Amino acid sequence: MPAPYYVSPEQIMQEKEDFARKGIEKAKEVIVLEYRDGILMVAENPLATVFKISEIYDRIALAATGLYPDYEALRYAGIQGAEIKGFTFNREDVTARWLANQYSQQIGAIYRQPDMKPLEVELLLCEIREDSSSNNRIYHLSFDGTFWEDNQYTVIGGRADEIAGILENEYSDGLDLSGAVRLAARTFETIEAEADEAERYQVTAETIEAAVLDETLNRRKFKRLLPDELSEILSA
Amino acid sequence: MVFSGSDHRTSDFLELLQKERPELLSRSGTGAFGTTPLPDSPAASADFRAFRYAELKGQRVPTPSLMDLYDSLLEGTTILAAVYNEGVIIAGDRQATAGFQVGERRIRKVYEVDTYSAIAIAGVAGPAMEMAKLFQVQVEFYEKIEGSPLSLEGKANSLSNMVKSNLPMALQGLVVVPIFAGYDLKRKQGKIFKYDAIGGQYEESEYYATGSGGKDAQATLKKLYSPDMSRDGALKVVAEALWDAADEDVATGGPDFIREIFPTIKVIDSTGISDIPDEDVKTLYTELLDRLRN
Repeated sequence: MPAPYYVSPEQIMQEKEDFARKGIEKAKEVIVLEYRDGILMVAENPLATVFKISEIYDRIALAATGLYPDYEALRYAGIQGAEIKGFTFNREDVTARWLANQYSQQIGAIYRQPDMKPLEVELLLCEIREDSSSNNRIYHLSFDGTFWEDNQYTVIGGRADEIAGILENEYSDGLDLSGAVRLAARTFETIEAEADEAERYQVTAETIEAAVLDETLNRRKFKRLLPDELSEILSA
Repeated sequence: MVFSGSDHRTSDFLELLQKERPELLSRSGTGAFGTTPLPDSPAASADFRAFRYAELKGQRVPTPSLMDLYDSLLEGTTILAAVYNEGVIIAGDRQATAGFQVGERRIRKVYEVDTYSAIAIAGVAGPAMEMAKLFQVQVEFYEKIEGSPLSLEGKANSLSNMVKSNLPMALQGLVVVPIFAGYDLKRKQGKIFKYDAIGGQYEESEYYATGSGGKDAQATLKKLYSPDMSRDGALKVVAEALWDAADEDVATGGPDFIREIFPTIKVIDSTGISDIPDEDVKTLYTELLDRLRN
């Protein structure tokens, strides 16, 4: 019997990392901004019914980028886990911290499986504050299961670092909703213009997808911004 | 949490619970909302049959232990719904009885399901409230997974399945009967669905009342109802129907001006669901009492 080829663990992990990074590099970005009444999520997405941003639970939303079947499965698992937990205990016992840990374990386990491809995803798990005495939470999850907390503004996707660089200069606290949407749109326009200077890219309600976690809403804080609302904000 | 990337995927929360956490659905094997058959419990059912038999013959029998248990359970009393010209009203009194005692004065029997529908429950309060909670999750789970809400009829059918799976309990006398009401965005009208104890589902085009005072409420609705009533007119009729139910049925609670407890009334129209605040319900009853006195 021939001996199996030996590949060092370092090399296996390096190859997995390269594979996942390559997948995410191609992905369009999602910008998440904290604004006066909560958290705004904006994605470049020309599709009207295939979403990158979705509601998970009362105060929790997921923004995802990467390979659709990978993050769609995570979205489903998140809603499923959250609803079962809320039904077993109480709705307020479902927290983003708990869910981020669940995701981290699952994504990490798949990443370490020798015969599985790593998930080509980058996620932002957002949770709006309970009241003015607590803080919003934005958990940034990577393809290997590691995660950390972001605040104010954050970006996932291929050109995340460049976009975050633009936001660093432009972002300010206490933006209202339309201010925050326009900032995100402007940022997308800037980065697209840099990428292709000949053709200036125009963000419209049809080229982006946007949703908020709005603390002024009742139990379900998640709301999609409809094309009409977006057009009104963008044209103002 | 199960990462079900390649697994079976469902937008039916009831199915999910039956698969993942069946123990949450059963009362030590009685199969409430679940599919597990009732275990043989000759002692319990013999007790119950003996009691029913004696009751039918008008005898007073030494209460078997199971009946003590039944008498300790809270029962929800009167609930009703009525369609008016722009939507539907759904309401219920606030009392639950345990045997011949007032078990709970402030219980809520009407629950918002989503923006355009609500459920009211009568029967054994514990399982009924659980069914309302499960139904609410069921509808919301579907909406989140699928990205669009169930149709009104779809919601009604899924509630029928829940009542159906309560059959083993219903056969033991632990009956849960809901009313489901909502605004049909496609057909632009309010709708009412009623259920029997074994999950039969029937659409009512005008009004319906059930629970221990349901018959009395229904009688009032029958006299005062007209399908082209305005919202305010319908609210008056609903308040009066609940008043008559409380007047005739000992188990139903009326408006309580001392403790400031008033029936729950919710209105659903094309703009969504809204609660009628306690102060407004109080005004409805103050006016009703003035009318009745004169």
